[in-house]
Amino acid sequence: MTALALRLKRSGQLPVLAAAACTFALLMVGSLYSKNFLSADYLLLQLQIASFLGVVATGAMLVILLGGIDLSVPWLVTVGGVMSAAAAGWWGDTGALIAIPFGILCGAAFGLVNGIGVAYLRVPSMIFTLGINAVAQGLIVVQTGGFAPQDRSTPTMHLIATGRSLLGIPNALLVWAVIGGLTLFLLHRTTLGRAIYAVGNRERAAYLSGVDTRRVTLLCFVIAGACSAAAGVLLTGYSTKAYQAMGDAYLLPAIAAVVLGGTNILGGRGSYLGTVVGVLLITLLQSILSVMQIPEMGRQVIYGVVIIAMLLVYGRGRRHSD
Amino acid sequence: MTKTDLHYRLREHRAALAAALLFAAIFALYIANHQMGWTVPVLTTATNKGVLLAIVAMAQTLPVLAAGIDLSVGMVFVLANCLASHLVVGSALQATLGAGVVLAIGALCGLLNGVIIVYGRLQPIITTLATGTIYYGLSLGLRPVPGGEIHAGLADALTGALPGGVPAMLVVLLAVVLIVWVPYRRSVVGRATLAIGSSLPAAYMSGVNIGRTILVTYTLAGLLAAIGGLLLTCVTYSGEASAAIGGVYTLNSIAAVVIGGTSLAGGAGSAIGSIFGAFALRTIGDLLFVFDLEPLWQPLFQGVILLTAVSLGALRLLKVSNRLDLFK
Repeated sequence: MTALALRLKRSGQLPVLAAAACTFALLMVGSLYSKNFLSADYLLLQLQIASFLGVVATGAMLVILLGGIDLSVPWLVTVGGVMSAAAAGWWGDTGALIAIPFGILCGAAFGLVNGIGVAYLRVPSMIFTLGINAVAQGLIVVQTGGFAPQDRSTPTMHLIATGRSLLGIPNALLVWAVIGGLTLFLLHRTTLGRAIYAVGNRERAAYLSGVDTRRVTLLCFVIAGACSAAAGVLLTGYSTKAYQAMGDAYLLPAIAAVVLGGTNILGGRGSYLGTVVGVLLITLLQSILSVMQIPEMGRQVIYGVVIIAMLLVYGRGRRHSD
Repeated sequence: MTKTDLHYRLREHRAALAAALLFAAIFALYIANHQMGWTVPVLTTATNKGVLLAIVAMAQTLPVLAAGIDLSVGMVFVLANCLASHLVVGSALQATLGAGVVLAIGALCGLLNGVIIVYGRLQPIITTLATGTIYYGLSLGLRPVPGGEIHAGLADALTGALPGGVPAMLVVLLAVVLIVWVPYRRSVVGRATLAIGSSLPAAYMSGVNIGRTILVTYTLAGLLAAIGGLLLTCVTYSGEASAAIGGVYTLNSIAAVVIGGTSLAGGAGSAIGSIFGAFALRTIGDLLFVFDLEPLWQPLFQGVILLTAVSLGALRLLKVSNRLDLFK
């Protein structure tokens, strides 16, 4: 038994298991409240909603693995949504065709600026992405004329975000699965993936080992920007409309999901599986709190307490004396 | 004072001086273009807005000096605002007691952050992110809808101008610096904070009491944020549990700290620099009004200025002679 516990601890998968156990426990608690929590319909709906957060968290995780943080998530999500809807509005039929790639490309462009600032200008990521967030907000305000944009999502976007084409599986979930699969491949089967972990552990050592650490950082921020924008496109499809500040509700949950999944906030350690579990956990927690009709105040407090409590169980750092 | 000593001191405070000069330049531009110019009402309004951010930025400086961060300062600020709108009312004695309770609860919030970081051994960034949510929830409980009031005499005294035209808030800020920051900076705890920020292992090996230092640092951050919240109530005469206000103050406090020359990596900087950083940031926002810019362009203008200000740190790259120094 102790040997098993020791092996688990050494494998680094302990947080993933603990988070999975908590997710399971949450479902059980929910099912005591209402039988619906265990129905396939409810679970599929949760998975569909989780996909939006999952896509954001994928980008957030890559940046956190590097030892950085991306605070530009809120307005890059909005950029993705507004710009894709705008493309359809500006260019008619061709616009509708390129709306999705266009939105994602805009997010990637902001990610590129993030990457240049953090990797080449060496500005701390926390503060530079904050600045980019403000600039993105300013550009969106100018672009939409200060009003809620009237551009609706294209039918394709709506289909991707809400449809269920294959065996009743939500399309959004499939999108997340594809992005997740690509991320797993990137992290574990490519040199870039190795380099990301190396930079997160010690950038200096990675640089001395011949890794072009600045390019690695740049690429991660580009991917993170694209992920945020992609989530924005999905959200726009889901709500059939892009609106300002649509991404505000995604920054904290994304970081919380990544950290609850066992990724070290200082970088260098973490698994994508953990992030997936973290995303499911956060989504379920939010859903159960709202189904139970706990007032907003109680929801915020419980949300914070649960995150702290879970991290206290398995996310603690080492003692100074170690 | 010898010449080298002076030279050393100038070097140490270079960043704070630069922030002060930046502020002076922007403020001169602001006053020169303002319709009413250098008059008491203009100065008082500008000070009232600037001091609020300056005090929250001071709160942020302390954890940052220890290579941490406090993402809950904005929420403690909002919580103190909501508390003050309930407690700082009635007779003068009641209001004073109420203000004391508000500050004590702010300090308690900071202490809770410190306890989780020290004894729970969690990272400051994620701890304060989560506790910030809790404090926001509590504020919502206190003020589901904006409202409340505050002792009018106190509010008028703090937000008005003293005889001679000196804004009272400026005196409050000076008092906070003299009562909180200066003793802290000169104490063993203050030195230990900088030591921890420079190198935690080295500080540990030198026998620095790390736990106590971190606890004091975060408690003071909570206290300062609560002072800011109390002053906010004096300015707005009401309490509001707004996630937007909390978020904006948290983010602007980090920006002010960086503009004020404190390194986010910890170990170097001062709250004085952060004060000027906060003043500069606030005046930039007001510049837009005196130049009559189209309101639509204001967020973009502010974003670009913020981005430029924080990118100025990149100038140090010009001095790097060994490329390895780029990487930590």
